[in-house]
Amino acid sequence: MDQLIQQLINGLSVGATYALIALGYTMVYGILRLINFAHGEVYMVGAVSSYYLAEWTMGWTGSLWVALPIVVVGSMLVCSILGFLIEFLAYRPLRDRPRLVVLISAIGVSLLLQNLAQFPELFGPTPRRFPALIQSTPVFYNAAHTIVLTNLDVLSLGLTLGLMVIMTWVVLGTKTGLALRAVSFRFDTSMLMGINTGRIISFTFMFGSALAAVAGTIDAIRYDVRPLMGLLPGLKAFVAAVLGGIGSIPGAVVGGLFMGLSETLVKGYLPSAYTGYADAVAFVLLIVILLVRPTGLFGRVAPEKV
Amino acid sequence: MSLLEISNLSVVFGGLKALCDFDLTLEQGELVGLIGPNGAGKTTTFNIVTGVYRPTAGDVRLDGRSIVGFKPHQINHRGIARTFQNIRLFAGMSVLDNVLVGFNQSLRHGFAGTVFRTPRHQHEDQRNQDRAVELLSTLGLDDRAMEIAHNLPYGDQRRLEIARALATNPKVLLLDEPAAGMNPQEKIELSGLIEMIRQRFGVGIWLIEHDMKLVMSICQRLTVLDHGQVIAVGTPEQVRADPRVCEAYLGEPT
Amino acid sequence: MSVNALTFRRLPQLPVWVINLALTAILAGLWPLGRVLEHQLNPYFLQILILVGINIMLAVSLNLVNGITGQFSLGHAGFMAVGAYAAGVLLRHYQPQGWEIPLVMLGVLCLGGVLAALAGLVVGIPTLRLQGDYLAIATLGFGEIINVVIINTESVGSFYVGGSAGLHGIPIHANFFWTFGAALICIVCVWRLAYSNKGKAFAAIREDEIAAGAMGVNTTYYKVAAFAIGAFFAGVAGGVSATWFGNLDPESFRFMRSIEIVAMVVLGGSGSITGAILAAVVLTWLPEQLRAVQEWRLVIYALVLILMMIFRPAGLLGNRELWPIPGRRRPGPSPTADPDSRQRMMA
Repeated sequence: MDQLIQQLINGLSVGATYALIALGYTMVYGILRLINFAHGEVYMVGAVSSYYLAEWTMGWTGSLWVALPIVVVGSMLVCSILGFLIEFLAYRPLRDRPRLVVLISAIGVSLLLQNLAQFPELFGPTPRRFPALIQSTPVFYNAAHTIVLTNLDVLSLGLTLGLMVIMTWVVLGTKTGLALRAVSFRFDTSMLMGINTGRIISFTFMFGSALAAVAGTIDAIRYDVRPLMGLLPGLKAFVAAVLGGIGSIPGAVVGGLFMGLSETLVKGYLPSAYTGYADAVAFVLLIVILLVRPTGLFGRVAPEKV
Repeated sequence: MSLLEISNLSVVFGGLKALCDFDLTLEQGELVGLIGPNGAGKTTTFNIVTGVYRPTAGDVRLDGRSIVGFKPHQINHRGIARTFQNIRLFAGMSVLDNVLVGFNQSLRHGFAGTVFRTPRHQHEDQRNQDRAVELLSTLGLDDRAMEIAHNLPYGDQRRLEIARALATNPKVLLLDEPAAGMNPQEKIELSGLIEMIRQRFGVGIWLIEHDMKLVMSICQRLTVLDHGQVIAVGTPEQVRADPRVCEAYLGEPT
Repeated sequence: MSVNALTFRRLPQLPVWVINLALTAILAGLWPLGRVLEHQLNPYFLQILILVGINIMLAVSLNLVNGITGQFSLGHAGFMAVGAYAAGVLLRHYQPQGWEIPLVMLGVLCLGGVLAALAGLVVGIPTLRLQGDYLAIATLGFGEIINVVIINTESVGSFYVGGSAGLHGIPIHANFFWTFGAALICIVCVWRLAYSNKGKAFAAIREDEIAAGAMGVNTTYYKVAAFAIGAFFAGVAGGVSATWFGNLDPESFRFMRSIEIVAMVVLGGSGSITGAILAAVVLTWLPEQLRAVQEWRLVIYALVLILMMIFRPAGLLGNRELWPIPGRRRPGPSPTADPDSRQRMMA
């Protein structure tokens, strides 16, 4: 029983980061019908930038309460700018082209960021541990230490929850959010209604990238920082977004948490000979969803007009 | 037994009755029209008959055999070909290639025959090429055989759609607004063309059209649809005189 | 029938038996040519040449799926892995000697291709119902699944597979002949499929799947066929590379390898076979020549993809070939192609 509770905690904690990345995929897809293939790399850049920021802040302050907000907000800023640039340089010139053209460009951006990060001048190919600014330590545990909630779990779930609240407010409560919903509903018409679609798209990319940066920061602390770290979480988060119904914001969160849970449960309960297959779970899940219910849990159906 | 028999055909899309108890018979060499205001369910009917949608109820029989539940290509193999309201040519391919795709189903050799260029492959490729050129010249498109379909003028694109459909050797030809976007001169030519196809290829033609002058002049019988319901059936004269048809098109008299 | 309509297919064309004979002669001539080249060329240059051959096979076979049939697949490296491992495992197990070598090579390459084609069927039948970017992601997922399976397989029965450590000590029997013989067969097959009446169905599916179905094309059958044929040649290419390099690293068949092949198809011009060949040569040879910027290789691939999409999405050749095809005289750019070039042409 304790083991199950522990697995659920781990699953939710991992799932929260998937959910943060998945939100970026889903928002961009909702507006542009584009799979932003480079999103996983934005997450990686988030991790890299938080690594450097942590190193820098440790040079002049020992206080976690000063340093952590700087690291988190700083990497969010870096990634927002990156997200803006990616959209502006690689996708905006392709606005009226077929979707596959944009997808190929997105793949190119992804490949570019991965390989730029491998230059020793920028980061280098070897994994690095996150600076000793913050380490995973248990904060809540039962007497037997069979159920442990670490500070990272708290951070991960807390930040995800907080950002969800902010995001819901932005989307449902602000004028920008209204415009965003309008654009995702009917791109052309909203342009005619005087919405500056270019600005809304930029905003979406920046917002989604900032969320990915938070996920990158959490995973940088939890695991380590590598130039190729974005590939798998990126794909898994995409699966999460498809699972929840791509384009649906609550769907992305539910999908992300579900992905995290199913993965940790598979790892925890499968015989050890098969745990190597845990990474395949996401893809098997993806293919099953695409075949059984391509619209996901909360997606809308849009049949092709003949 | 008629060539095409449709009985009690109905389809429901998420609670909306897009088509309700539709009946129709079409004989060989006949030209029947399907008219009605926008959104009446005309193209939906075509889509059901050609297997794009599955009907909720009812039956479609070709030569006495039901074709409900078949895939579009199977229905085409049995003898129903169509054109599309919003032109769906193979836009990046040449005019000739568009027609050759229509002949694709007549090929009797497999991929191996294609790869080894067997005599049968050569014979069939050559024969289809000749037939395609002949078909194009029948429809007056032979001068444009090597042009990319996308670059054709609008009227030619509509005619190419008809040529491509005829290439599949149909018994029944469904034309979805063939005159849309044509000027009056082109429309006159088109009605001559349809008449010629009917006589020369011996097909039954079923036609959706908004141009009343065209429909009234060439169709032998008409069905009028409104909100998925058949509101009138008969000869052009009968339909023209039907008060319900006027109402559907012009609104209730006040 | 007007004269005008008939002139187009009077392009000079040799009788088929002459062409078939010539192709067979070229195939046979590759053997002595290979022996000469293997003695004359320095090993480094030969290595690049073999890599070019392998990449031509991969690019041309992927072109059938992505370019000609228009089904965007990101899993080609997965099929390559199937063929490579099939050939590598078998050859390592049996260690043929003397006169058996050519026969066994032919056997393992074909078997690798067939197994890859079977994998292509398994992947294609369910996923080809999907379209566009969803298909891309699903094929990518399958490629990764194939990879996970290989990494977690130490051995199958008495056959040693190697698992995550990779497979080493495969006897090296591939040479110039096997590489370019297979590449030649691949090119001829794809070419003849693409430029025949039967093969028009592939392009029709790319242009408009619904219209193709309405014109009697069994779209599922053709899509799956394209997928399986493409996978077959990817498997053969994998087999060649396994028996040329002598060892296999499962990591080298991941998603990045698939992207490299996609980059070749895109650079050459989706749908153009000569374009794919050209791009395979350029993208293999160029980075090798720029030794100083070796670490920039993948950055170059990335920039090629982005810049091509922005400035010339139709690729180097568009969907044209280097020379005119009978019955296909100088087609203009397709509507999916670069709109700027169309404007230039009309101006």
